[in-house]
Amino acid sequence: MADPIKVYPSRPEKVYFFGTCLIDMFYPDAGMAGIQLLEREGIEVIFPQDQTCCGQPAFTSGYHDEARSVARAQLELFPEDWPIVVPSGSCGGMIRKHYPDLFKDTPDELKAAEVAGRVWELTDFLLNVCHVKLDDLGEPTTVAMHTSCSARREMGVAEVGPALLGQLNNVTLVEQVRAEECCGFGGTFAVRHPEISGAMVEEKVEALVDTGARAFVTTDCGCLMNINGFAEKNRHPIAGKHILSFLWERTNENKGGGL
Amino acid sequence: MSEATQHPHIDVKEFHPRAHEALHNPQIRQNFRKAMDGLMSKRKAAFEGWDLETLRELGANVRLRALANLPDLLEQLEQKLTENGIKVHWALDGDEACRIVRDICVARDAKTVIKGKSMVSEEMELNHFLEREGIEALESDLGEYIVQLANETPSHIIMPAIHKNTGEISELMHEKTGTDLSHDVEYLTAAARQQLREKFMNADVGVSGVNFAVAETGTLCLVENEGNGRMTTTVPRCHIAVTGIEKVVPNLEDVSALLALLTRSATGQHITTYFNMISGPRKADELDGPEEVHLVLVDNGRSSIYQDDELLDTLRCIRCGACMNHCPVYTRVGGHTYGTTYPGPIGKILMPHLIGLDEGRHLPSASSLCGACGEVCPVKIPIPDLLVRLRRESVDGDKLHPAKVRGHGSKRTPLEAAIWKCWSWMHSRPGLYRTGTRLASRFRKLQPGRAGAWTDFRTAPKLAGKTLHEQLRERGK
Repeated sequence: MADPIKVYPSRPEKVYFFGTCLIDMFYPDAGMAGIQLLEREGIEVIFPQDQTCCGQPAFTSGYHDEARSVARAQLELFPEDWPIVVPSGSCGGMIRKHYPDLFKDTPDELKAAEVAGRVWELTDFLLNVCHVKLDDLGEPTTVAMHTSCSARREMGVAEVGPALLGQLNNVTLVEQVRAEECCGFGGTFAVRHPEISGAMVEEKVEALVDTGARAFVTTDCGCLMNINGFAEKNRHPIAGKHILSFLWERTNENKGGGL
Repeated sequence: MSEATQHPHIDVKEFHPRAHEALHNPQIRQNFRKAMDGLMSKRKAAFEGWDLETLRELGANVRLRALANLPDLLEQLEQKLTENGIKVHWALDGDEACRIVRDICVARDAKTVIKGKSMVSEEMELNHFLEREGIEALESDLGEYIVQLANETPSHIIMPAIHKNTGEISELMHEKTGTDLSHDVEYLTAAARQQLREKFMNADVGVSGVNFAVAETGTLCLVENEGNGRMTTTVPRCHIAVTGIEKVVPNLEDVSALLALLTRSATGQHITTYFNMISGPRKADELDGPEEVHLVLVDNGRSSIYQDDELLDTLRCIRCGACMNHCPVYTRVGGHTYGTTYPGPIGKILMPHLIGLDEGRHLPSASSLCGACGEVCPVKIPIPDLLVRLRRESVDGDKLHPAKVRGHGSKRTPLEAAIWKCWSWMHSRPGLYRTGTRLASRFRKLQPGRAGAWTDFRTAPKLAGKTLHEQLRERGK
């Protein structure tokens, strides 16, 4: 009944990278940043080219046969026992938490549970498996952070982002009111209940703007797309990026910029 | 409240228009936001210094153990209550429960009923039923009293009138009861108290709910703050308690864990002002208490929930309301938008069983699955998982799990089913996926600026010039 206690693996030589479909199509830079951060830690990153999507959109819409066939197509992509790192709490949570249930009473049940047990959210992996030490090369700046609900509640990594940002000497992290409240994305929720979702993201953007920061970072591209999209359409003076892009840009010797 | 009132029946299907209205009502938005913020911080403070996770685990296990033995416990409860002199009645649905209450009233020639707060009686629509039968039913919980004066339904299961602010309550009481217009909460409360006191003294029957029914001792526990529960259950000569069949627990020890969780989760109180333990009618040597005590055990769909190992978790609920206090959707749209007896997250997983998934087809989807409800639930009901389960039922199940909830399949449309089939087909074929996404990024200039409801509030996300797949292939990955 209790959530399983996280037992981190020892630092591996290789990891599999599951990039997620949103990063693939809309935010590949965040994926590249994550890969480069891992490589800098001396870890070889394997990206199975046959990966597509974790299946979550169909799963949360109730279409579980359709979700299962997409998920099944991912199960065979990680044959070695290396960790599978995911630059998203949401897709990570789908595999780690929901695959075992989705494949229960099917021939893939054991396989799904085995794959699920190797899944790690990328920032969590950097901090708690790689024990990364970040050296900030950027100009002084202030940022807010929005941790996605799945990163916070399914993957249990709410403390990770602030800890990584805390390693950056020139970055001041400010916290918005109701930081733990959902931004209103929720996948298909945003289109099935657009007005409610719109009211939620409106308040999230106001809270972020009220911190005085002009930039925010987040663990998940769904939230990013939602918050940035609202801020841009309504001309609010704030813009966000994936935390991995931010971390890489601040610590990469070729380009110590970052926002 | 003697004039015949129109029952404020709300059509659950009109979810979206009501949500629209609530979202554009600044008063409603502000009332709920302020109230929910207050309740969340009170809860947090109340659990400070507690090992909350262990306590929640205990609470969940107490409820699970009770549910595992539910049929036996109910029999034991009936036997003990009967020994204690409490008459036990069983009702298959709300209507039967209403008829039982009416028959008891008629047998006593009762004309007026005073009520303590009871969500099961709301589920039964008891007030409306009694009114039709010529029996006056008056709510004595302050929030319920206000809601009744306004001819509304509760908007929250613990704080029924939370949608109203002091000004609105003042105007309502002025109009309906002749009190002065005042923002002085003490004055308004005292006025309501005065009005209710008279009713208590003259009521023929008291109707209350039950928080926990203890099988081993035959004790009915009632948690409340205003003393109206104690008056309802002791002043009139007849007391009728109504409750759902899931409220039974094995013994008194179980109550301590659940009570500690209930009051802190609900209102952030360490203990409520009143905690009533009712174990029978007035005895020969006692000076007060009712002559007759009845318990009506209401099923109303619960035993069908009980048949399913996963849905069963719905019945763990102890009705604290923490899930709605922490729900970002409930906070925005308020309780009346749902159009159901139980609003918010618990309503979304419970109501489909009571009214059918066809009537309540908008309920399971009205959640971003943020998980705040599951995180605060004192008995660890996996609410988001149950919402996903009901979404599957709404589209008629899958090959492994034939749908079984009443009204299943009501959300399945040929178009949406075809879209997901197509989506699944493409995403199960890596080559096709890579070609499709590569083409999309090549022709991204053709991407439409509008994307349905998404772009009503936001700009459309922009496709990258090269997918991650492509960038990594070029790198030789």
